[in-house]
Amino acid sequence: MTLLKVEDLKTYFPGKSSIFSKKKSMVYAVDGVSFSLEQGKTIGIVGESGCGKTTVGMSLLNLVKPTSGNIFFKGKNITDLSKLSKKEVLNIRKEMQIIFQDPYSSLNPRATLKTILDVPMKIHGIPSDVRQEKIEYLLEKVGLRPEHASRYPHEFSGGQRQRIGIARALSLNPSLIIGDEPVSALDVSIQAQIINLLIDLQDEFNLSYIIIAHDLAVVEHIADTIAVIYLGKIVEQANFSDLYRSPQHPYTQTLLSAIPIPDPHKKRDRVILKGSVPSPLNPPNGCSFHPRCPNKKKDCETVEPDLKTISPGHTVACHFA
Amino acid sequence: MKNSILKIKNQPNLVIGGFITAVIIFMALFAEVLSPYHPVNDADLMVSEEPPQISYLMGTDDQGRDILSRVIYGSRISLSIGIVTQLMNTIIGIIFGLSAGYFGKWWDDFVMGLTNIMLSIPSMIFALAIMALIGPGLINLFIALGMTNWAYTCRITRSQVLFTKSLDYINAAKALGYSNTRIMFTQILPNILGPILVIGTLGVASAILMEASLSFLGLGIQPPDPSWGGMLATAREQMFTAPWLSIFPGLAIFITVLGLNLFGDGLRDILDPHSYSKIK
Repeated sequence: MTLLKVEDLKTYFPGKSSIFSKKKSMVYAVDGVSFSLEQGKTIGIVGESGCGKTTVGMSLLNLVKPTSGNIFFKGKNITDLSKLSKKEVLNIRKEMQIIFQDPYSSLNPRATLKTILDVPMKIHGIPSDVRQEKIEYLLEKVGLRPEHASRYPHEFSGGQRQRIGIARALSLNPSLIIGDEPVSALDVSIQAQIINLLIDLQDEFNLSYIIIAHDLAVVEHIADTIAVIYLGKIVEQANFSDLYRSPQHPYTQTLLSAIPIPDPHKKRDRVILKGSVPSPLNPPNGCSFHPRCPNKKKDCETVEPDLKTISPGHTVACHFA
Repeated sequence: MKNSILKIKNQPNLVIGGFITAVIIFMALFAEVLSPYHPVNDADLMVSEEPPQISYLMGTDDQGRDILSRVIYGSRISLSIGIVTQLMNTIIGIIFGLSAGYFGKWWDDFVMGLTNIMLSIPSMIFALAIMALIGPGLINLFIALGMTNWAYTCRITRSQVLFTKSLDYINAAKALGYSNTRIMFTQILPNILGPILVIGTLGVASAILMEASLSFLGLGIQPPDPSWGGMLATAREQMFTAPWLSIFPGLAIFITVLGLNLFGDGLRDILDPHSYSKIK
């Protein structure tokens, strides 16, 4: 069953405008992203910083308003939550949750763990005795102890705080969890624990995940499909083994070559990109990757490549794939 | 707990200011017990304008009333005005600042415009205008001063909200279905109370000074009720012949305002995370 379908999602932010010209500049943070996600599956969204990954997640939850496009959740159009009734909004909020990157700013420092987990359930009308049980159950699920409930966030370590964030996301029994760089602020041993926890929870609750990351090695373990995003657009999308075996887009090839191999004797031909990501205020014409592409041809500067399907489930936006 | 006691010990401002403030509050609460005479009714023209002596520690005024008793009773007026009006200012400032920072857009522009207007009018003139409009008296003083000084609280609240609302836990709260009111009052407000508390304490001191000035100008507390500003006003003519008439109420204002300011500064040092390095 298709849980989430995103069609041509665009989110622009107004940039700085000059007093002297009427021309309004726009930051093209997300510029035409489409994908769909099945119940119980995971999609990984990867790309370097500033490419719009986080904005995709925020737009899906309506925490920033999408400029255009459509988001369907369980067949219902949720692109603009302000058009829905209060009750409908609450029902959708219940189904989609988010885990943040920074475990330090994602928890209210003045609320105890109990309040953090209790209030959302109260808002959604869950009776008090059920809530009490649920809090203990959740804490145990994410590897914390029930007696931790009366403590404040600053009494926990980064990894523990991330677990609290996961418990909070689970408290409303969502069917979709968006992880916005859920492990990048943690050190490597804790990263593995959190990823394993996410995988276990997915099996148990039939959760769907959208995992946003800048590190392919992180999504490798958890994602069924991977979408590589560059400057607000998906440039390649495939399941992990296809992507790993035959990356088609030169940008994907670069990203893959940056994954370290845990063997000092093995060498890999690294593709090193020149320059940095162009500003989303003023994206290049044609293929947005052309200024940095190692095998750029004349067409690339003028014609924007469409996403084409090269094998079932593998799409790529490159003239030469 | 041990840590916070240590922090307070290393804050002479907070300790001294807190002590002075506590003494003044004690004076105001137990004025009946502490003052040797009644501030208004015990007038004895036989002992008018007596200099300080054993039976009248601060001397007497032109109607033979004990200055010490009047200063002690005066603390009630000063403190109640300081605290009540600052509470009003803080509540108005929080409501405007919180909503302006949180909702932004035209409401923010409107509120910021309003505070700019408030800040551009000297607060003394503004309070004078209101008092002239509605007349003197204690309740009217509350109203006039309670509407005068909220702009500072409003601005500080707004700037704190702008920072806090971009933090992830606010987004998490939205995603969990918290209403805007709930986010503002349970997620944002408790986290920005520190600076508001500091400016509130300092505001009590400035409200006391404003009351004294208004009473001095004859628009505040009306005689014969004892208020420090009013006592100064009547003492003005005998400044050289009977200096104790003006020295003691003046000292009372000075010490109270100093105490509150020290206390406010000390609070800021403790509550402001950027100044932790100063505390060893």
